[in-house]
Amino acid sequence: MKSFVDLHLYSTVEDAGQTREIIEKSAELGYDAVGIAFPADVTQREIQKARGFCEAAGVDLVTRTDLTPRRSADLLKDLRRLRRRIEVIAVRCFSKEVSRQAAKDRRVDLISFPSTDPRKRFFDSPEATLASGASASFEVDMAPLLYLHGFRRIRLLASLRKEMMTASKHEVPIVLSSGTDDVRLLRKPEDYACLAFLFGLGFHEAERAFSENPRSIVERNRRKTSSDYVAPGVYVVRRGEDCPGV
Amino acid sequence: MRRRYIAVRIDSDRAFEERDIYDAVWTSILRLFGEYGASQTELTLVDYDQETKQAILRCSHKALNLARASIVAVAEIDNEKANIHIVLVSGTLRSLRRKI
Repeated sequence: MKSFVDLHLYSTVEDAGQTREIIEKSAELGYDAVGIAFPADVTQREIQKARGFCEAAGVDLVTRTDLTPRRSADLLKDLRRLRRRIEVIAVRCFSKEVSRQAAKDRRVDLISFPSTDPRKRFFDSPEATLASGASASFEVDMAPLLYLHGFRRIRLLASLRKEMMTASKHEVPIVLSSGTDDVRLLRKPEDYACLAFLFGLGFHEAERAFSENPRSIVERNRRKTSSDYVAPGVYVVRRGEDCPGV
Repeated sequence: MRRRYIAVRIDSDRAFEERDIYDAVWTSILRLFGEYGASQTELTLVDYDQETKQAILRCSHKALNLARASIVAVAEIDNEKANIHIVLVSGTLRSLRRKI
């Protein structure tokens, strides 16, 4: 049985009721883990509160932050400050400069683009090459497909179709997420997989984008932030008296 | 003609009429795929239980992806926020009823 992860839910830190409601609904819809987008200045107390809701609902909490830097220097500054504190770092790119920097930086897990402005979607072939080399994934929020209508949805679908082909060509992992704070816009992972047909993603590929791809990001980052992590590829496997020569 | 039967559950605060469900799904199909696409789905509402908010829809097997995407894309029924979850898809009505 697949383990589904919705890596992008919005919550208002002050509104505990809304956070609890969206977590409970995600659990009801069959997700095993949810990524809540916290502001960069979130406190441990606020994270613990959300973790409590997740434990009560029986889902795993993944801490996440969405960065929207104006310049690449701002992005580097934010990454230095947040990388060790937050499990998943997503960068919403509003300029080509930022998108290129985000794609080549190994500390960035997810890159995404605004849904409503096709001129600000910079996921082209050079971007995908950089993202593939740095193991960054391309994230698509599904909620805009539900609330946009007419010409805006048509333009979004056209962009997504091209981007899916680019991602597939360069083997950039795709991550599908809800990207909403409205429980009425949440869907089951299998339902989203049906919706992904609209931009040319097959059902099983879409299921993978809701399960294995986000799960691997979370596991990779949890390994890195654990006390056993030493350097890329080097981990403490055993401690204590049974280690000869230590 | 091969068909597919789709069991769905309506997620809403109130129970809608059969006609409202039918209209919402058809509006979604027309919005997403136009009249040409809609004509390929051959979508009909087979059964609807207002109490359990469950329904069974039938479509052409060739247009299953179109029908599923349109059903999931429903965000409003009778001007109220609501959505439809797909529970199960089956090749025959009997096996669908047996499984749900």
